[in-house]
Amino acid sequence: MSRQIVIPFGPQHPVLPEPLHLDLVMEDERVVDVIPSIGYVHRGLEKLVEKRDYKDFVFIAERICGICSFIHGMTYCHAVEGVMDLDVPPRAVYLRTVWSELSRLHSHLLWLGLLADSMGFESLFMQAWRLREHVLDDLESTTGNRVIQGACKVGGVRHDVSDQKLREIVDGLGQLEAGMQDLTNVFVHDDSVKHRLSDLGVLTEQQAWDLGAAGPVLRASGVANDIRQTGYAAYDELEFTPVVETAGDCYARTVVRAKELFTSVDLIRQAVDRIPEGPIDMKVTGNPKGEFYARSEQPRGEVVHYVKANGTKNLVRFRVRTPTFTNLPPLLAAMKGIELADVPVVVLSIDPCIGCAER
Amino acid sequence: MKREAQLIETIELGDLLPRVERQKKAGDRLVAISCAVVEGENEITYSFEDRAHRFLHLRIVVPPGATIPSVTPSYWGAFVYENEIHDLYGLTVTGMNVDFGGHFYATKVPYPFAAAASPKVTPAGKEAQEKECLDR
Repeated sequence: MSRQIVIPFGPQHPVLPEPLHLDLVMEDERVVDVIPSIGYVHRGLEKLVEKRDYKDFVFIAERICGICSFIHGMTYCHAVEGVMDLDVPPRAVYLRTVWSELSRLHSHLLWLGLLADSMGFESLFMQAWRLREHVLDDLESTTGNRVIQGACKVGGVRHDVSDQKLREIVDGLGQLEAGMQDLTNVFVHDDSVKHRLSDLGVLTEQQAWDLGAAGPVLRASGVANDIRQTGYAAYDELEFTPVVETAGDCYARTVVRAKELFTSVDLIRQAVDRIPEGPIDMKVTGNPKGEFYARSEQPRGEVVHYVKANGTKNLVRFRVRTPTFTNLPPLLAAMKGIELADVPVVVLSIDPCIGCAER
Repeated sequence: MKREAQLIETIELGDLLPRVERQKKAGDRLVAISCAVVEGENEITYSFEDRAHRFLHLRIVVPPGATIPSVTPSYWGAFVYENEIHDLYGLTVTGMNVDFGGHFYATKVPYPFAAAASPKVTPAGKEAQEKECLDR
């Protein structure tokens, strides 16, 4: 057996937008074990729920993450609405769905750009982020903000979007789709990309399921698990099939996200076609009492928001289980046996969001 | 819009490991382990999902500072939740496959995050720690 050495990876590393530290136990160039450390951006956001009005807390819930911000806010609202048994107006439900899918589009485009950057494919990185700008423009024009939208509230949404504007978004997505086709052709078919990602960081279907993987990491290992299938928001009235790949490697995770771009565009089209007229919010009176687990499919995978309330304006407990947190054990399993030079790409393949994971 | 059924079952601490193993054998995925302090007691909830998205929660209620068994023999990845519960709530989890010993969250200030350090911190010491943290 070779002599083992430990190489620290992170918390500051060119491939990591956020701080994650991994102690890599190496034998020569090969990773034999990985020990993660987190805590560099732990903000104690869950604890804040004890000091903020439950209606105002949606602004904090959104700030758990700068990329999945809208879906965090929406899932928190779902949890509170579940406790209070509120039936949100259908138009608000559809608007939430449109904004959720726009969030997925910009997140996946962001990640594809980061992946290209991690491989040294700079022009591809810029192409992905150029397309992402169009999606951010749509979010800004409909909510007033690019990153933290502030559009969701308990009982509905804060902004209506005219049918004309929704049509404009759909027309714009038509053009965006052509650009995304060119972009994803490179990720899916380019030999150098395939060579860099194939057979790397492999998770079998059983491993992914047993280790609690979520989102594209789980689907890339052959499990057709997508929380949108549970029918939250307007997804019970829209048609889609989860994107599934079976190889379980970095390439499969890339292909899943690339194909999901088009699923999102299709879902937005369906939602705009079916969005009903009517109010966008409802009057919410009183305080919640009870508990509720709400789940949504974020771009990185399943997120769980749990709230417990005792009838006062402050919640007793707010708990968030983010996809990155549950994807950490699968990442450790996927890294065993890889070469040191492959570590950045494999880490990136789960689309880690440490701000989310630590809250 | 559909809402998921809230299937929460409270069980005895002694039944935890057999029930968790039963979920494992049934092919369920461990979705999350959560802890909440309710009326001075710790509610620890183990959430599972089957392949048809059926969401089930098993709950134990234990007093502060209690010792609970690790479910990592059944679910290897559970160590992230159990270390978090240890660090944030001061519960002892026995038999974890990866035990960070109170340093899962690598925060500069051990208290209140590191349960192992918390009994040694006096009010005055805590104040000094907070001041040092702010000064830094």
